[in-house]
Amino acid sequence: MKRLRIFLWGLVGVAMFLFGLFAYQLTQPKDEFVESAMIGEKIPPFDLRAAVEDRPGLASADLANGQAKLVNIFASWCVPCRAEAPHLETLRESGAEIVGVAIRDRPEDVARFLAVYGNPFTRIGADDISEVQLSIGSSGVPETFVVDGNGVITYQHIGDIRADDVPVILEKLREAGA
Amino acid sequence: MIAEFGLVALWLAAALAGLQLFAGFMGLREGGEGIAVLARPAALVQALLCGVSFFTLLWLFARTDLSVALVASNSHSAKPLIFKLSGAWGNHEGSMLLWVTVMALAGGLIAFIERRLPEKTMLATLGAQAFVALGFYAFLLFSSNPFERLAVAPVEGNGLNPLLQDIGLAFHPPTLYFGYVGLSVAFSFVVGALLTRQVTPDFARVMRPWVLGAWCLLTIGITAGSYWAYYELGWGGWWFWDPVENASLMPWLAATALLHSVSVLAARDALRAWTVMLGVVAFSMSMVGTFLVRSGILTSVHAFAVDPERGSFILALLALNIGGALAIFATRAGTVAEGERFSVFSREGALVINNVALSAILGIVLLGTLYPLLTEAFDVRVSVGPPYFNPVGAIFLFPMLIVLAIGPILRWRGDSFARIRMPVLVLGGLLLVAMVALWAITGIGILPLLGLALALVVAVGSILPLRGRSVRRLPVAVWGMVIAHFGVAVTLFGMASDTAFQQERLVAANIGDVVEVGPWTAQLEAVSPVAGPNWTAIEARLSLRYEGQEVAEANPQARSFWSPPTETSEVALTTRWNGQLYTALGNQAEDGRWQLRLWWKPFVTWIWYGGLLIALGGALALVGRVVGDIRRRVAGRKIVDRKADEAAIAAGSGS
Amino acid sequence: MKHLIALLALALSTPLAAQDSLPPAPYAYNQLEDPALEEQARELMLTLRCLKCQSQSIADSDAPMAGDMRHQVRTRLAAGETPDQIRLWLIERYGDYVSYEPRVTASTWPLFVIPFVLLLIAGLIIRGRLVARGKPEGGAAG
Repeated sequence: MKRLRIFLWGLVGVAMFLFGLFAYQLTQPKDEFVESAMIGEKIPPFDLRAAVEDRPGLASADLANGQAKLVNIFASWCVPCRAEAPHLETLRESGAEIVGVAIRDRPEDVARFLAVYGNPFTRIGADDISEVQLSIGSSGVPETFVVDGNGVITYQHIGDIRADDVPVILEKLREAGA
Repeated sequence: MIAEFGLVALWLAAALAGLQLFAGFMGLREGGEGIAVLARPAALVQALLCGVSFFTLLWLFARTDLSVALVASNSHSAKPLIFKLSGAWGNHEGSMLLWVTVMALAGGLIAFIERRLPEKTMLATLGAQAFVALGFYAFLLFSSNPFERLAVAPVEGNGLNPLLQDIGLAFHPPTLYFGYVGLSVAFSFVVGALLTRQVTPDFARVMRPWVLGAWCLLTIGITAGSYWAYYELGWGGWWFWDPVENASLMPWLAATALLHSVSVLAARDALRAWTVMLGVVAFSMSMVGTFLVRSGILTSVHAFAVDPERGSFILALLALNIGGALAIFATRAGTVAEGERFSVFSREGALVINNVALSAILGIVLLGTLYPLLTEAFDVRVSVGPPYFNPVGAIFLFPMLIVLAIGPILRWRGDSFARIRMPVLVLGGLLLVAMVALWAITGIGILPLLGLALALVVAVGSILPLRGRSVRRLPVAVWGMVIAHFGVAVTLFGMASDTAFQQERLVAANIGDVVEVGPWTAQLEAVSPVAGPNWTAIEARLSLRYEGQEVAEANPQARSFWSPPTETSEVALTTRWNGQLYTALGNQAEDGRWQLRLWWKPFVTWIWYGGLLIALGGALALVGRVVGDIRRRVAGRKIVDRKADEAAIAAGSGS
Repeated sequence: MKHLIALLALALSTPLAAQDSLPPAPYAYNQLEDPALEEQARELMLTLRCLKCQSQSIADSDAPMAGDMRHQVRTRLAAGETPDQIRLWLIERYGDYVSYEPRVTASTWPLFVIPFVLLLIAGLIIRGRLVARGKPEGGAAG
């Protein structure tokens, strides 16, 4: 009987622990994003063809040229990308160099998108099979990575950039040595 | 007016539940007989009022009364009537109302017919039942009122989602709910028996039909859900260890253990503590499942009605009911007297192993399902999936299946190995031969190999109890056991053979191309557009040959619905006795070829046939027990009558 | 359950507006020539999580990104990598979340220890029965 009682109080303990865990998780905001595990790592080698005619393509060597940059993962078919376009423009005006990676996109669609929403990019690589996206641990569009002059990722912003994200990103860019 | 009528009925029902609670628990005290007589009538009237309330909601949905918020957001005047009605419980508020209604009906039923237990135990049971019900009433009335009105009625309702207009979908959730309610009744009986120290065989006999019924419904619910996921999701999987699936599996595991435990208690007055514990655990698992699904704290369940407020409400009920019941149990552990003794090598011994193994599997499913939640609290995200659940579950499942094969031929109380040496040797030999043969011939993985071999052993073992017995005189309940155990073997065989032998072909095909998969050849004859009431689709026509014989045509579709705009893949299933050919149509490539996905899935259908057999076995056992109870009651009455007659005769002759 | 999977399917079925326009990657919907390699690919894909979907493996998903991940798996296998290397490659990028096969790490060891504890408890309960035979005091779980 004594063993049974100990066992039962143990069960009560387990139940209370679970209820506590449930209660705690209920109060926590749900984390929908999968963060990249590549922060602090060097961007793996890649070489993407140009996504549009008037900008060169993008290769990993371009990211290790001593200049810290923003790498913006976007696509013409992605709705939040349209919302973030003006803020990318603000970032460019504040002196950030932004390169783009267009995911699963046709050149004419990208060109049309840039014509309508502006083109803050110095280079745009076409990533037709999400190869670069997968290699840097990005799981959606849009995402923006801060990369330092050696091609090392220092920061990841998931989702579209809002107005109040702009100073944060500029600060991270400065920390990366821009 | 009608909506208010339903709401008033619901409030009154809640008030009566309060009365039932009060009468039930006050009646337990000395001198409480006066109030105690109110408990049963309160339960009956409450059932009636709840029924009225739910009927009102059905009425509102049938008439598409758009001034009611729930109707406006979940129905549409253009829906077929059956889907209007099923819309009444196809949402959070309505499903909760259905839940309390079924609960109230069950409470009314036990209040009306159940006279076998001591009156105090019945009072405590009704009190506990009212306590559980009150929680749900509060939930409904304070945070999920189904009868809420809109200030301005919209012109048309929102709920015309074609994906949800599915007959299976309309009846699947109620099946699971009824199962959960059955477990809640078992829980009430357990609390009643604990409070009045009456954990007896009588208590087990009274509780057993509820457990059996709940278990059958859960079995059907899980089987149907698995088949639905199989054909609807379009990739041929039938179990994903998704949190939502696990949430429905956990109460089933507990109910399975409870079912066996309660039978031992009824027949042999043993396993008292097990029965009580499993009764509490089974109901807590149904509440945990409901909580996980409704609160949305686990990824996957990001479906609908995800609302932290509701989540906290269910959590509070969970903590109150389960924490309370466990605490009562723990403080009264000493009063649950030790049951009858038995040797390990006996029917009871085998059932203890069954209980232990099922509980352990339940523990692992719970652990794997909740573990990501635990690590998330420390900002670490992990995923736990099939590569964890399958092998770890198998550690407990496979030994349990071996016990399942021989347990039913063991005698109660104690048995000798000499008596069952033959069948054990035969089964052991069978297992060994099957394993070696499969290993030598097929070279399949270890889990499916063990699964196939054990399916054979369980199938043979399950019919052993028929040996040497007159088939016609065998009790219905024993037939139920044999069929259910045989169903386990059938399901296991289906799972193992699909895992081991399924063949997959993904191709881009031109019209006229021939695709081979397993024994099948499929020729793409044509791809043409077709239209339905609220969709258009591209449909492929494939002519199929099985081992060279022209047998059938398959027409998989890629369907586009326009309101709301969604695309689905409607697979074509070609069923033979030995499996299914599963075909799906994908997109057209730029070069004009069509994406085709074909799977030959040997014996996959046996998974669900087995599930149905298990449920059928449960249903037979239920019928057998209930008929037995009624016979016993009639016989009891006859004895009373005869005694009265004899007394009358004696009195007559004496005068 | 089915109910929820329906809604899940609903949530996953792609809204037409956000559809990308490119054809899928070559090995997203095509199998490898070598059946043995394809079998390895299938087994691996069933245990990798689709990052865009909720709770589906990349082998069960129509999401374009799942297709691109399948392409990575198949081309890497064809190039001679082992399934474990590919899994590790993805874990290096997305963390343990991407793999349905938990590794033994500082944060996951209870997943592997608790089953053994359960096995131990199960053994003790059954042994309690065995030892209790004949004694007046009974097994705890009776």
